[in-house]
Amino acid sequence: MADIDVRIEEFDVVIVGAGGAGLAAAIETGGSKLKTAVVSEVYPTRSHTVSAQGGINAALANMDEDYWIWHMYDTVKGGDYIGDQDAMEFFTKNAPKTIIELEHWGMPFSRIENGKAYQRAFGGQTRNFGESLAHRAVACSDRSGHAMLHTLFERTLHQDIAPYVSYYSEYYALELLMDKEERRPIGIVAWDMVNGGIHIFFSYAVIFATGGNTRNFRTNTNAHVNTGIGWTMCLKAGIAIKDPEFIQFHPTGIYGVGNLITEGVRGEGGYLLNAKGERFMKTYAPHVLDLASRDVVSRGMAMEVLEGRGVGPKKDHCLLKLDHLGHDFIMDKLPGIWELAYKFVGVDCTKDPIPVQPTAHYHMGGIPTNVDAEVVDWDGEKEVPIPGLYAAGECACASVHGGNRLGCNSLLDLVVTGKQAGRNCARWIIEEKPVFPNPPEEFIADKYAKGIIDRIKGYYEGGEGTVSMDAIWEDLRDTMQENVSVFRIEEKIAAQVKKLDEYEKQFKEVGLTDKGLTFNTELAEIFDLESLLYVSRVETEAALARKESRGAHSRDDYPERDDENWMKHTFTKIDENGKVEIEYVPVRTKPLTAPTFQPKKRVY
Amino acid sequence: MALKEGDKVVFKIFRYDPEKDKAPYYKDYEVTITRTGMMVLDGLNQIKWEQDHTLTYRRSCREGVCGSDGMNINGVNTVSCMSHIEDYNANVLTIKPLPGFPIIKDLVCDFEDFFNKYYVVKPYLIEKDPPPGRERLQSPEDRAKLDGLYECILCGCCSSSCPSYWADPDYLGPSAMLNAARFVFDTRDQGSDERLDAVNSIHGVWRCHTILNCISACPKELNPTKAIAGLQKEILKRKY
Ligand SMILES: Cc1cc2nc3c(=O)[nH]c(=O)nc-3n(C[C@H](O)[C@H](O)[C@H](O)COP(=O)(O)OP(=O)(O)OC[C@H]3O[C@@H](n4cnc5c(N)ncnc54)[C@H](O)[C@@H]3O)c2cc1C
Ligand code: SF4
Ligand code: SF4
Ligand code: FES
Repeated sequence: MADIDVRIEEFDVVIVGAGGAGLAAAIETGGSKLKTAVVSEVYPTRSHTVSAQGGINAALANMDEDYWIWHMYDTVKGGDYIGDQDAMEFFTKNAPKTIIELEHWGMPFSRIENGKAYQRAFGGQTRNFGESLAHRAVACSDRSGHAMLHTLFERTLHQDIAPYVSYYSEYYALELLMDKEERRPIGIVAWDMVNGGIHIFFSYAVIFATGGNTRNFRTNTNAHVNTGIGWTMCLKAGIAIKDPEFIQFHPTGIYGVGNLITEGVRGEGGYLLNAKGERFMKTYAPHVLDLASRDVVSRGMAMEVLEGRGVGPKKDHCLLKLDHLGHDFIMDKLPGIWELAYKFVGVDCTKDPIPVQPTAHYHMGGIPTNVDAEVVDWDGEKEVPIPGLYAAGECACASVHGGNRLGCNSLLDLVVTGKQAGRNCARWIIEEKPVFPNPPEEFIADKYAKGIIDRIKGYYEGGEGTVSMDAIWEDLRDTMQENVSVFRIEEKIAAQVKKLDEYEKQFKEVGLTDKGLTFNTELAEIFDLESLLYVSRVETEAALARKESRGAHSRDDYPERDDENWMKHTFTKIDENGKVEIEYVPVRTKPLTAPTFQPKKRVY
Repeated sequence: MALKEGDKVVFKIFRYDPEKDKAPYYKDYEVTITRTGMMVLDGLNQIKWEQDHTLTYRRSCREGVCGSDGMNINGVNTVSCMSHIEDYNANVLTIKPLPGFPIIKDLVCDFEDFFNKYYVVKPYLIEKDPPPGRERLQSPEDRAKLDGLYECILCGCCSSSCPSYWADPDYLGPSAMLNAARFVFDTRDQGSDERLDAVNSIHGVWRCHTILNCISACPKELNPTKAIAGLQKEILKRKY
């Protein structure tokens, strides 16, 4: 085969990912006139932020009295007290401003009679520290993510920003280049999917915004491209992943396929039923019922199924009833849900309930960041920022979601942390004037990207492989679902560790069938699978190590939260031999200005 | 035609690898129905993962919102992830890339021209007055004017089905103009003059011959023809 083409370019900033978080960062760096490259596996508007439905939280008080401190309290409690309260304060305090800015950029929010933005109720959102339900989530019907992603993208097309932002769509990011001595990033290596070929981006700074990664579970709400490449690039570069054991299982995935039915359905008055037609959340959350936080509702559903009250021939799911909301209301406020239920399970939800089951949805953990969205190392005593490296959105962990994220807090997270990353990155470059990593004459492509180029050459020159990629992937999804799911127990998690050893061995035998350079999606899928193996590895080992139940991490063998021993974050790394190293890092319990919310038993 | 588990359907798929093939050809694959309600995308995945790793197509969200997988199935443009195999009532599905778009490989087309036309209409909110300290007010009725416009997923199904788009390489096409209307009819926008200028040409709103193909092609059930007619009216209103 012909040699692999290598191209080199220089930018001030490289942003990996063009979802909500990446675009929010690009608006800031582009707005500061920094030459910005946005590298994405898909065209920006095809990023998975587009799928978000329900809305975005902010204490705007359009429907009833509300304050950011109430929002912060709910976020701390929802996260089962393991969130970092400085980041949580920054996050909730900046929410109203963020929404107003999105409105100014044209986001088409649903409105109320007086012309202000409509706000709906969502799980875990309360007024006055748990007293009653809050209406805090602004929404664009049930297409909030679509509206937000398009608005952010549109903003980058604005004449003030467009000249500075270059999109590299359909480029697959592969490797983070680090100056090991100075421990700072110098750029990234990507694969040009359309033409084939290596593209090296050198830059002062790198911002990760690669989104979620639950494609390693059988039922999940994620897009095909959500395979955790940001985590994997960091792990390979010796950077930790924080709290990977905290994986959110959303209560209402469509039965059998996993696609999401927004919690907004319950926010608007829908509720769950078991096979006996009982509204079973009364047992698990007597005060707020179906609007308890997601970990609580998912466990409630799993209990109903375990105790034989599941629906259907296999008694393995529940029903979500919403027909009582009325045809017109559903078509106005939840039209996307109607379409999904009708298309995927043939249910007209204005008449019949939707069959649902918990579905892998979201990662509370991620690339460790501080309140400034800088990626940090743990030096044994304190968090030390890595200069020039930032992360935002779902791939990052500040941690604003603790052990369990509340609905509608993620879209907010994308914009708040995305902007924070972009703004701080711009400030660092403009004010601190770092030297550009290595003068360009010294760049010899091979020196920096030799490992990855050789690997890709190996695929092209090698055989078609003796193990099918599909077989590993299918098995991985089943075993992760079985062993590292809503309920976890020592034997099963340990069994999964062994399984992962097997998969990693088998993965070495996977080969490339399609030897073409043009739009080789098989090559991309090989890297997707490799990434999911990295992701599964840190998730599983961190879950095995955490001997307590907290937030979304629920251990049958350690059913209680243990603040004495486990009020700490997990930092996982993978060494050269593929072995996981775990360190524990204290929770930043001190907010910026507010008093600390002390851990309490979580009742909903 | 009701399909049940175990039934077989043939996918006749357009194949073209520019590095190998002198000309495109069709290849038949047998897809096994594994559950009721199987989508065309599920069938493509089954082929790619179990039979032929070289088959190439785009996909991401698998729920009809990202616009990656516009293609032509038995003569109709749509997104494969929301198209039930059984709704085609056929033993054979012929699957082609979007007509009129340059082909990169198999079902993957080049969207560059499509997006460049979208950029021409300045698809972002233009404000001349400084915004207020809070959100701008907009009545629910004014907001409702955006329904049927803001939901576009930029999948290209409409433009690719439009005979005027095939005939005139400079024609902006239904998608770009629907997106222009998205802002022209937004009461918060103050950039309509520049935007209407961009579409007021023989390659813009006046090229549309109301052939209506675009409406039946849109997987989101949007109505570009109506949007274009709205723009025409708006142009005439401002001129006279
Ligand atoms: C169905 C659904 C509904 C949801 N509803 C809500 C809601 O109502 N409210 C809420 O707050 N949150 C919601 N969420 C959560 C929220 O939408 C996500 O957490 C969030 O959108 C993630 O945004 P992001 O910018 O971090 O990543 P994404 O939008 O996923 O973007 C990731 C980016 O990384 C790029 N990328 C990935 N891999 C590579 C690679 N190898 N090379 C180059 N680029 C790569 C992708 O191309 C993409 O551009 C929902 C999530 C889902 C799945
Ligand atoms: S109605 Fe206009 S835009 Fe639509 S297909 Fe016909 S000519 Fe094209
Ligand atoms: S108008 Fe419809 S068919 Fe055209 S690009 Fe938008 S969503 Fe696709
Ligand atoms: S895969 Fe996103 S629209 Fe079909």
